[in-house]
Amino acid sequence: MNENELMKNPSNNPGDDARQFLTFRLAEQEYGVPILRVQELRGYSAVTPIPNAPAHVRGVMNLRGAVMPVIDLRTRLGLESAPPTKFTVIVVVNVASKVVGLIVDAVNDVLDFDERSLEPTPSLGAGVNTGFLTGMAKQGERLIALLDIERVFGIEPAQVA
Amino acid sequence: MQIDLTPFRRAFLDECVEHIAALEDGLLRLETAPGDAELLGSVFRAAHSIKGGAGSFGFEPVAHFTHSLENLLDRMRTGALGAERALVDLLLRATDVLKGLLECARAHEYGQTDAAAPETAAIEAELARWMEQPGADAPAASPASASAAPSAATQRYTVEFAPATGFFSTGADPLLLLEELASLGEREALEVDFSELPHWEQLDPECCYLSWRIQLQSAATLSALRDVFMFVGDEARLRFETLASAERAPQAAPARESVGAAAERPSAEASSAVRANAASGAPGEAGRAAPAAGEPRSSGRSAASRSSSESASIRVSVEKVDQLINVIGELVISQSMVADVVSNFSPERLAQLREAVLAVERNTRDLQERVMAVRMVPIGSIFSRYPRMVRDLSAQLGKEVRLELEGEETELDKGVVEKIGDPLTHLIRNSLDHGIEPPAAREAAGKPREGVVRLRAFTEGGSVFVEIQDDGAGLDTARIRAKGVEKGLLRADDSWSDEQIHQLIFQPAFSTAATVSDVSGRGVGMDVVKKNVESLGGSVVIESQRGVGARFRIKLPLTLAILDGLTLSIGGQLFVLPLLSIVESFRPKRAALKSLLAGGEVVLVRDETLPLLRAHALLGIPDAQTDPTRALTVVVENDGRRVALLVDELCGQSQVVIKNLDANFRRVEGVMGATIMGDGRVALILDVPGLMRLSSGRSAALAL
Repeated sequence: MNENELMKNPSNNPGDDARQFLTFRLAEQEYGVPILRVQELRGYSAVTPIPNAPAHVRGVMNLRGAVMPVIDLRTRLGLESAPPTKFTVIVVVNVASKVVGLIVDAVNDVLDFDERSLEPTPSLGAGVNTGFLTGMAKQGERLIALLDIERVFGIEPAQVA
Repeated sequence: MQIDLTPFRRAFLDECVEHIAALEDGLLRLETAPGDAELLGSVFRAAHSIKGGAGSFGFEPVAHFTHSLENLLDRMRTGALGAERALVDLLLRATDVLKGLLECARAHEYGQTDAAAPETAAIEAELARWMEQPGADAPAASPASASAAPSAATQRYTVEFAPATGFFSTGADPLLLLEELASLGEREALEVDFSELPHWEQLDPECCYLSWRIQLQSAATLSALRDVFMFVGDEARLRFETLASAERAPQAAPARESVGAAAERPSAEASSAVRANAASGAPGEAGRAAPAAGEPRSSGRSAASRSSSESASIRVSVEKVDQLINVIGELVISQSMVADVVSNFSPERLAQLREAVLAVERNTRDLQERVMAVRMVPIGSIFSRYPRMVRDLSAQLGKEVRLELEGEETELDKGVVEKIGDPLTHLIRNSLDHGIEPPAAREAAGKPREGVVRLRAFTEGGSVFVEIQDDGAGLDTARIRAKGVEKGLLRADDSWSDEQIHQLIFQPAFSTAATVSDVSGRGVGMDVVKKNVESLGGSVVIESQRGVGARFRIKLPLTLAILDGLTLSIGGQLFVLPLLSIVESFRPKRAALKSLLAGGEVVLVRDETLPLLRAHALLGIPDAQTDPTRALTVVVENDGRRVALLVDELCGQSQVVIKNLDANFRRVEGVMGATIMGDGRVALILDVPGLMRLSSGRSAALAL
């Protein structure tokens, strides 16, 4: 893409040199993850639950012969869990050399963000956990929360990271 | 053109593992059959092959060291030295050093952190000392004498070497041979015969027209000289002549330090300095200096050697590969049958499709079995390391022990074979240290002085059994019990069976040995043995009779990757239970169920009272059948302990491919892995020991 702009951009995540994001919806809010971390998208299919796992670990599923854990992103971010609909998608991402699926309500777009549209995460006061976010991005009227994938898993390193 | 030698170098290093094994094995057998010419020959050939290959592929330290080893072996072969214990001891230690050097070379070759070079200097000095022995005497007591001692009487030889014209086409290089010959002693004269050289116009550059005549003064024997040309075969005319025994020139250095290729090595100066050092009685310092001369040293030796031994290649018989190719061929045909039916499908062709799919299924199963067979290796590759260990250890402990091996050809998955080595080592050490009594005590007890440890492997059902049996004192049940009470593992009035008490020795830090020795008795290890065996999906059972002996029986699955399982459902979810751990299943009657005070439940099976584990409760599964009289109990066994597992229903038996959960997730207690069922869904494989742990964790939590 426009390399120059990418290079100038002061990045919060030095590892991601592209500012392209896959955006998806959870409840009414739009979120984004760096596109380079996304391996593929899959329709929702049955998941085998894992005994005594944390609530946000929905279970495991078969990804072409490999056993992949599936995370309910809603539960992970403190939202209410929802039954799957025909828009429900599993976003397969790579985290710390593992392959993990994220359940999201629907996938929206692939967006380029320029440096002016990126903002730090606003402080929402006590009681609201913003630790999973790296920042916010504005695109017209839309406000997109950018997820820190490592944090989403890494907070409990013994479990997924 | 530069040829990339890397694959050849690596193949050579792989081969060396076999040569080393042959070397060690031969030396050990030599002790019981000294003077067996055939055995000596095979030992010598093994050393010679290592030397030859190491020289060609540029593993200089290996080639150099093997050369001194080979010289000594040659003296044994010619009968100048007998295969006495002290000498065999030294040769075995030399073999260890050689093993270390090869490990170094391998680490270097694969670009790993270099392993530390073993301390070659001291052993080399000793080898040299033996070389200087005129006969079969003991080695010189004072090491200092070695450097100054005169070398064996040298002889003068004439060697005529006339290669055939086609010599070069075999890949041989006369120059290398001449250099090797020169390295055996002092070259006094070298004549080249040009008479065969044709006129320039008729000269074929790919033919050899020259022949040589060399006069050599050497301490080596005639057969050592002949061995230089061992691989030349019929491609050359050779003539050896021994001249009158030469008077030793006062300045003549020991043979292997004089002329030729050896002296051109950059490290030669350093290493000969080191040798001198070692010889003058400073082995410690020499040891530190040696690696600097050879390979760079690092601390990661054991790690590097372990990783390299596990990543090593497998040798597969051509027959197995051919079978694989056959099956693949059939599979391709079946697949094209399916494709053909599908490409112009009509309802009438359904039967044809079904048939084609069946063929694919049959071929796939066949293929799976044959691929698994490729991974199967004989357990003998592990067994072969123990004769040496038992020999050294029994000497160290002052005991007389004979090791008997049986069933070396039993095949096991490569992964299992690699991981079973350490537990076996430990159990054998244990038998030697605690089991077999000292010779005097054995005689007093009316047993032969020599104890017997028998290592036996065999296949039975779907499992492989490995037994370590000794005719020693057996386990001291009373003492183990007392120790268990002391450690609070059981109460003094508990009525435990001997079998249960024996299992106590697998507890961490449990030792009843009166004295802690180098060998064992620290109470570290038996728990590791059990843990390792369990991690392979196996179990250990002890049978012991006081005064008669003990037997440790390890039960292992044939393979790690495929499991025979029983599919069952709990709350609508499918699980797989390993068939090996299942004893029976039944639906309990109301009268057979009892509740105990602490919230524990038991079920009566015939005369046995078994704890009832509710799988749905342990695994947190909702919507399961909670009434045992409407569900099923499966009696499962682990470690001789039985429990009844409550499940909803059984669905059938199948072979499943084990996928581990930690690859993308983590270990889950009570679950040993997952598998993918025919419909593409994932089913979890239950882990019986884990479920038992979960349940005892629960009851412990309840008790608090």
